[in-house]
Amino acid sequence: MTAAVIASRPGAGVEIETVRVAGGRNETGSEASVTVVEQKVEKVEKAEVETERNGRFGEWLQALSRAVLPPVIGLALLIGIWHLATLNGGGIPSPGKTWQAAVVLFSDPFYIDGPNDQGIGWNVLASLERVGIGFGIAALVGIPAGFLLGRFAVLSQMLNPIISLLRPVSPLAWLPIGLLVFQRADPAATWTIFICSIWPMILNTAQGVTRVPQDYLNVARVLNLSEWKIFTKILFPAVLPYMLTGIRLSIGTAWLVIVAAEMLTGGVGIGFWVWDEWNNLKVEHIIIAIFVIGIVGLVLEQILMLIARRFSYETR
Amino acid sequence: MTKKIVQIENVGQSFDTKKGKFVALRDVHLDIHEGESIALIGHSGCGKSTLLNLIAGLTRPTSGVMLCDGREIAGPGPERAVVFQNHSLLPWLTCFDNVFLAVERVFSAKEGKAKLKQRTHEALELVGLTHAENKYPHEISGGMKQRVGIARALSMQPRILLMDEPFGALDALTRANLQDELMKILAATKATMVMVTHDVDEAVLLSDRVVMLTNGPAATIGEILEVKIDRPRDRLALAHDAHFGDCRAAIMEFLYHKQLKRAA
Repeated sequence: MTAAVIASRPGAGVEIETVRVAGGRNETGSEASVTVVEQKVEKVEKAEVETERNGRFGEWLQALSRAVLPPVIGLALLIGIWHLATLNGGGIPSPGKTWQAAVVLFSDPFYIDGPNDQGIGWNVLASLERVGIGFGIAALVGIPAGFLLGRFAVLSQMLNPIISLLRPVSPLAWLPIGLLVFQRADPAATWTIFICSIWPMILNTAQGVTRVPQDYLNVARVLNLSEWKIFTKILFPAVLPYMLTGIRLSIGTAWLVIVAAEMLTGGVGIGFWVWDEWNNLKVEHIIIAIFVIGIVGLVLEQILMLIARRFSYETR
Repeated sequence: MTKKIVQIENVGQSFDTKKGKFVALRDVHLDIHEGESIALIGHSGCGKSTLLNLIAGLTRPTSGVMLCDGREIAGPGPERAVVFQNHSLLPWLTCFDNVFLAVERVFSAKEGKAKLKQRTHEALELVGLTHAENKYPHEISGGMKQRVGIARALSMQPRILLMDEPFGALDALTRANLQDELMKILAATKATMVMVTHDVDEAVLLSDRVVMLTNGPAATIGEILEVKIDRPRDRLALAHDAHFGDCRAAIMEFLYHKQLKRAA
């Protein structure tokens, strides 16, 4: 048996050599074909410089229309249907009427005419401020809590049932508790934002921590890194994408909730403004508010996407 | 006889699974001497990597004694550097920073930052990657990543280099290149090495002793083969070397005749 294997060995050696030669031929072969292709391309370019320039502009125009046209058509369809729906009168104002109202409204967005009558700009800013404070505190509490929950299994076993119980509760159910504790409407609204935006941050951060690849943790163990180094060099960068997803979900929810919370608490804010305009029966202002809320939400989301892209590392 | 760096005495390792106790390794005896290169070979699932993890200190044996420099192996330590199969570089750090992380941990207590940086440069130079210092792992090829992994391990100036199928994920030509480079590095640094592999040629080419493991469960050392070929070794010359062929044949005999796996 041993002898047989020995005898076959030089054969195996020869095989390796032939494979190598074949590999060499292949390489040169493909190189040659690449140069041929390049020459052809050059000829084509020389022959068609003029048409090329026009072609490029046309291509650019085509790409632009491909990217822009569908959304524009969609928007036009929406406005068209809206227009048709309002042809026979009824409570809903037509697109034209809404547009005129918007022009008036946005010509002076920052007027102050008493505590309950301020420009739409102030209302949006007031809402953003509440969201910012509530969301900021939620991030300060939720992200470290998420790290702790992810790192220590006991903690997550302890708190997961509570989180699962509280997470599906509508944020507005927390509003009375806020009113009771803070005695004022404004911090109660902020509290509602806090409580609704904390869960996605805790859960996503914790999930990120548990999903840090074992390889990286093995590296940490083999290199005998300190807890601080493990956190800054391995845990934090690995969890960052998950954390940013949590933050994005949170800020989306916060922006959803603020409108409802402000309707109930009053004061200055886009939610209260919607309710106030309903009481004034200025329906076109409500429609404008819907667009404004949507656009602000979109912008918040895009900003966070941008940040997420900035911090995401590429893994392969 | 040279000094023993690692002593493995009567070591066994078992894991608790849902189906009960699973014995991975039993009765393993092995001494690793200073400057020696050892290859661990066997069919997949035979516990090669388990044994390497035990030496690394990533897992603790359920029975027996493991010593490194006469002291019990209680956990991972910088004197036992590991090169992982899938390179395990941190994707958010450059090649330089990946190596620097290891250097900093081992030497920052005694040396200034300039010296630490110099050590990092030297380690990357040793594996021929000075030009890629500031690249991120996703910007370089698989072979280069594995070289950074080797540089990271070597930069700690370990007593012993533990490699878990370091070239398994690479194509044949890159693998041959890296094997040649590893031989040069081992010759230059006189490092001690234990390598897990399933490649018979790699085992013979790189090691002084080939440790063959029987099939799991309850795997143990079946045979130990001494490769008596002088260094530096030249892979082209060895293709026609009779002793190289004998060694290869003996390992193949062990793997494919004595320890043939039926349903693998």
